[in-house]
Amino acid sequence: MALSDKDRIFTNLYGLHPWNLREAMRRGNWDGTAAIIAKGRDWIIEELKQSGLRGRGGAGFPTGMKWSFMPKSSPDGRPSYLVVNCDESEPGTCKDRDIIRHDPHTLIEGCLIAGVGMGAHAGYIYVRGEYFNEHVVLQAAIDEAYEAGLLGKNAAGTGWDFDLYVHRGAGAYICGEETALIESLEGKKGMPRLKPPFPAAVGLYGCPTTVNNVETIAVVPEILRRGASWFASFGRPKNSGTKVFCIQGHVNKPCNVEAEMSIPMRELIERYAGGVRGGWDNLLAVIPGGSSTPLLPKSICDDVLMDFDALREHKSGLGTAAVIVMDKSTDLIKAIARLAQFYKHESCGQCTPCREGMGWQKRLMDRMVEGRADVAEIDVLESVTRQIEGHTICALADGGVWPVQGLIRHFRPMMEERIAAYHAKKTGGAMPLAAE
Amino acid sequence: MAKVTIDGIEVEVPNGASVLQACEAAGKEIPRFCYHERLSVAGNCRMCLVEVEKAPKPVASCAYPVADGMKVFTDSPMVRNARRNVMEFLLINHPLDCPICDQGGECDLQDQAVAYGRDASRYREGKRAVKDKYLGPLVKTIMTRCIQCTRCVRFATEVAGVPELGATGRGEDMQIGTYVEKALTTELSGNLIDVCPVGALTSRPYAFVARPWELRSADSIDVLDAQGVNIRVDTRGPEVLRILPRTNEDVNEEWMADRGRFSFDGLKRKRLDRPWIRQDGKLRPASWQEALEHIAAKLKGLPGDRIGAVAGDLVDAESAFALKSLMAALGSRNLDCRQDGARIDGTRREHYLFNSGIAGIDEADALLIIGSNPRKEAPVLNARIRKKWASGTLAVAHIGPRDIELTYNAEHLGEGASALNALLDGSHAFAKLLSEAKRPMIILGRGAVAREDGAAVLAAAWALANQVGALTPEWNGFNMLHLFGGQVGALDAGFLPGEGGQDLAGMLSGGVDALWLLGADGFEPGFIAPGTFVVYQGHHGDRAASRADVILPGAAYTEKEGTYVNTEGRVQRGRLAIFPPGEAKEDWRIIRAAGAALGVDLPFNTLEDVRAGMVAANPVFGLVDGRIAGGVTNTRGPQAGGTLSDVAFKPAITDYWLADSISRASEVMAECSRIYNAPPLAQAAE
Repeated sequence: MALSDKDRIFTNLYGLHPWNLREAMRRGNWDGTAAIIAKGRDWIIEELKQSGLRGRGGAGFPTGMKWSFMPKSSPDGRPSYLVVNCDESEPGTCKDRDIIRHDPHTLIEGCLIAGVGMGAHAGYIYVRGEYFNEHVVLQAAIDEAYEAGLLGKNAAGTGWDFDLYVHRGAGAYICGEETALIESLEGKKGMPRLKPPFPAAVGLYGCPTTVNNVETIAVVPEILRRGASWFASFGRPKNSGTKVFCIQGHVNKPCNVEAEMSIPMRELIERYAGGVRGGWDNLLAVIPGGSSTPLLPKSICDDVLMDFDALREHKSGLGTAAVIVMDKSTDLIKAIARLAQFYKHESCGQCTPCREGMGWQKRLMDRMVEGRADVAEIDVLESVTRQIEGHTICALADGGVWPVQGLIRHFRPMMEERIAAYHAKKTGGAMPLAAE
Repeated sequence: MAKVTIDGIEVEVPNGASVLQACEAAGKEIPRFCYHERLSVAGNCRMCLVEVEKAPKPVASCAYPVADGMKVFTDSPMVRNARRNVMEFLLINHPLDCPICDQGGECDLQDQAVAYGRDASRYREGKRAVKDKYLGPLVKTIMTRCIQCTRCVRFATEVAGVPELGATGRGEDMQIGTYVEKALTTELSGNLIDVCPVGALTSRPYAFVARPWELRSADSIDVLDAQGVNIRVDTRGPEVLRILPRTNEDVNEEWMADRGRFSFDGLKRKRLDRPWIRQDGKLRPASWQEALEHIAAKLKGLPGDRIGAVAGDLVDAESAFALKSLMAALGSRNLDCRQDGARIDGTRREHYLFNSGIAGIDEADALLIIGSNPRKEAPVLNARIRKKWASGTLAVAHIGPRDIELTYNAEHLGEGASALNALLDGSHAFAKLLSEAKRPMIILGRGAVAREDGAAVLAAAWALANQVGALTPEWNGFNMLHLFGGQVGALDAGFLPGEGGQDLAGMLSGGVDALWLLGADGFEPGFIAPGTFVVYQGHHGDRAASRADVILPGAAYTEKEGTYVNTEGRVQRGRLAIFPPGEAKEDWRIIRAAGAALGVDLPFNTLEDVRAGMVAANPVFGLVDGRIAGGVTNTRGPQAGGTLSDVAFKPAITDYWLADSISRASEVMAECSRIYNAPPLAQAAE
């Protein structure tokens, strides 16, 4: 059963209507915000816990629990901060972009409620540097909200003071990592911090901070308006709610679509994206959750559900729910090699395994593309990725090696064939004749 | 306290300690590159990974706080693998040019690769090459060897206080450098070489000179500033090849200033290696016997009060004591060791020592600097002030030139003594801050008392210290910062005018007929009255030697067993590293021999005799490697004299790189002086 329009949180995902405040309010945004906030911080967090909302940025950490880590009081006078991660740089992902340019008021309202939920009087939205036009819209929407008294002193008549700022990044993937984002926001080089201490204890400017994805924050007001049980009614337990999927690649109709969680992948692709180019049988593999998640071959795609736990069972992940579909015309090794190049380029260079290992992985993959390698080097490649994974400060390295691990796990024969073909061409060909 | 089990060994460590510290407490060695105990934790090399029970991944022990009941494994298969893997990664882009690398043999990367690495690499791709950077005349860079541990960046930013180093680029392309190429503006740059765990930053003067296993080492004391930095002198044959700091928590931690570290090439140049006698206005080489007989002939018949002696800034206490004994035997009370004319009151040690102690800086919570630029006068001490300041618990103010850069924020109270008066009468707010401080500290530069109203400045500073409660039975907050390693030793040896004796000014202006200069190069020899018979005993043909009538070649600080007292009154001993060049001799022996030639039987024949005599004369010399610490019970101030004038305080050291006779002979220091004193290049926009 498909998600019906009345259950969609993002009512203007495609920009069919104006984004401005008047229209947004007609669509239901900012409806009863003061009443929600009046129910108090504890109620907000409890309701979020009940709804089963998990972070939409990729890791899938329960949002209610994350907010509950924020200190209730501040004996040393440090303020708390909300930081919204809109540094959407994961290849394949473009959901936050549509939210801030077409439906910015869902986010702004969410920020106010989140501010109350975690005791923050200031919020920062860190927008990816490349999203220039989008940031202009977002800033205009915030200005509108200020004018309407929805932000600032006594925001939306709630008695809560809340200021919201937009900050543009300079185009680094690593700044989407929460502590690197905080560093960057502070004006430093975007390099992840050591944890512990976690941002909820020592974050932005040394103060308690929670960093949430745009989508996570933007769905909060609607959840609270309609109730936790409404949101929890979609998807499987622990994977509840609706989710914006970005479907792209070899599909007939690439799109962003808000659908319910735990929808079968095949249904998602066929119902919303017009199916795989050349039919389902032409499918080779799918990267289910943005470039960092390992690809899945067609045999798994046939019946896998799109949620955190189902994809984890297949050693992949939901990630940002950016579904990259590849049909049989794809040079899969080359595709993954391109991802390896991306992660080499985006490694911040702080930790040894990531700094040195990503280059090694990329160079090995480049040779794999040609087949200019030994079969034994596939094992070297695999072991290099294992050496990198889990040995670094942040998760970029993990995300950088998973695509390669996925390739080896599911398409090792293809790599071996490529190598054999290369060697055959080099050595096994007929003796060239003098005239040639 | 938290109880932690490391490989089955239970240790108790304070809460908040890192797992690495706990492992060290349990006697387990944890390999590391980026972690340095005196720098902030970066946690980026990933070499120190250990296994913690119930943690799914290995954790970086340098950055992971201990928890009660934690179980840590430092030698499990997971840990061994992790180390091996990190080592492999570190080496894939390392050039492995150990045979031509100056770090070879004392390289952390080399040692740990052997101890924790694989025997072979599986890397078959091309290696990275990085363009070398220019960091100044002292630090040589081979950036291809860099493993991006960022120790140097953190040292420059945190300890040296010059945030000029950083990393540019990302991932594999990350490079350490200054971005705009320039020499690092710090007096502590040599320490970058020590903190670098690989051969990326090496000593430029020492490049391709020697291998560590060819060197013989002697422990000694740096005398080129008054801090008494503990050093190791590395020699091969008759040459000093390099000088490295030793760790002494109370003195220099493990840092060292550049002048002390790099000026040793001056020990080979402009040396006095044989006696000389002036004949018909020209100096001619002579034998020891000739020279001593010549002195005896000239001094014969002179009354004691027509003979004087001046001790220099780098002298060891033994030779100062020996010369004092000789002068006493000749009946002279004309002694002075204050070449700069500092109006120091030698009657009580408290009046000329850095009484709080260098480690006392760590306790201070308010600091007033009067007429001193510690960054130039004692760079390592300045770093200690900065460390305390950076912890946010020290307020600093200074009186003196406005434009000095101390590497920390200091409120400028004024340029001259009027600011001191404003503090004394309480009209300036900082006086209140000093009074309210628990451990107020006043640092009086030696340069501030080396002027006409020096005695009044000294008395005013002491009075201020007394007034703000810096002089209590528990705490002595009055501190004088001396400039060179021999100054306090000579003061302690009592090398000051005796009853009715003349001071330096009196001796120069014709008060004596014969003047014995013991390494005294600190004043313009042209001031010596014409006709005065001058004996110069020292190691360098510097300023004073050109005026001498007889030159007696002595030993530099690396060439003798010597006792030095640092500015805080710590008695330390330097050991002989190489023998004096040519016919030069240890200084106390020269004086002993001169005594014999003059018919005086000095009561010592061995170094032990000299030292016993020193202790008998002043018991502080018996406290080797220690100092008398504690507060003051007697707050009587030094002898005041004259009135405070409002002339601005001047820097005591005008050119850091050429401040003493050894560095003035050094080519490396000349180069530094040229580069660092050059006017900054005009920018295009200017």
